[in-house]
Parts: sequence; C-alpha cells; structure tokens
Amino acid sequence: MAIEVRIPTILRNYTDGAKAVAAEGATLDELITNLESRHPGIKDRLVDQGSLRRFVNVYLNDEDVRFLGGLGTPLSDGDTVTVLPAVAGG
Amino acid sequence: MLTISKELADRIVAHARADHPDEACGVIAGRNGVPERFIPMENAERSPTFYRFDSMEQLRVWREMDDRDEEPVVIYHSHTATEAYPSRTDISYASEPDAHYVLVSTRDDDEVEFRSYRILEGVVTEEEVRFIP
Repeated sequence: MAIEVRIPTILRNYTDGAKAVAAEGATLDELITNLESRHPGIKDRLVDQGSLRRFVNVYLNDEDVRFLGGLGTPLSDGDTVTVLPAVAGG
Repeated sequence: MLTISKELADRIVAHARADHPDEACGVIAGRNGVPERFIPMENAERSPTFYRFDSMEQLRVWREMDDRDEEPVVIYHSHTATEAYPSRTDISYASEPDAHYVLVSTRDDDEVEFRSYRILEGVVTEEEVRFIP
C-alpha cells in the first residue's frame, strides 16, 4: 500500500531534502509510524500526546484530516497525504 | 534585505487597513526570492489579536505555488494595536524558513509601520526593506 507523502520545506531535513516520500499504512496513524521508521524524528513534529499537533495541517488528497477522522483516517493505495505547517501567529 | 515594489507594499497596507481592527494576513508568491504575486488570505480566526490561514485555502494556494514553481517569498500579517514586531506566538509558529515575515501595524490612523523579519528556529532578525518603483 504505497502512499505519497508531501513534505513541507521545514521538515525536509528529515527526508534528505526530498519534497515527497513514499510510506505505508492503513490509517494515518500507521502511516506516520511507518514514516518515523524511515525518517526518524519526523513523528514528533506531527504528533503530540497521541493527536495531531494543533499547528500542523495534514491533508488526505483534498481534505483536511481534521474533518475526516484525524489520526484514525483510513488510507487507500494511491492516496496522497500533504503536510503543511499552519501559518499563524498573534 | 527585502526588496519589494511600492505597489505590492501598498496592497499589503490596504489589506491591513481594510480588515482593521481584525488582523489581516496573506502571502506574496514569487521566484528566486522576488515577491511578485499578491495573495490576500482569509484570517480564519477573524480576531484583533490572532491570525491563522484557513487550512483549505492554504492547501489550494500552496499547491498553486508548487505548480507554478513559486515559493511564499513574503508572509505578511498586521498588528492592529501594537507595534510591527513579531509577537511570541508569531515566533513560535513561524514555519517557512525562507520567507520574509512582513509586519504592518495599523494602530495609527495616519502613519503605517511596515517592517520585515527573518524568523528561524525562534530567532528573529529584522532586515532592511527597500521599496522599488
């Protein structure tokens, strides 16, 4: 089950500069665990205490996973997951 | 140093004035560090003290930039009651290491503050702004 994960500039130090990497998983949670085994350290930038970090946006194809099922969102072969840090401040 | 056309700078200020007293935010996309395409964004928070790009709009705009080989050269937002200097939250959420973070203050009706910064791993460095015709 190959899923393309698009990596933002700020996290490319975990992927040797790659803009997109392949990973596997039946859910977003599994995908991130798989990603961590290939690119150690990246999980901590996405997940905090068992849920997605508040200021990281993760999209499954064209949808924000917050409106799907968060970390439990099911994935299918050929899906694209996009990570974008939220642009926010005060 | 940020080099930006007077026209683009004026559009940032006009957006900030229009949304006052809420904070306004947006992007100027470009290539090779040259700001070119003005993209005002929705402040999903609609707040005088906080801003956040709408996540769906951000995905659309970031994809469009990717397709056009652009990058977010400038990320701007306004402060509506305080000076144009990055707040603690601005610093902790800054996540585009190559962007110029432009801050505009609309606290004064007549005068506008327009300043630019690099924000890298929690360190703020103010830079000179050069306006070109």
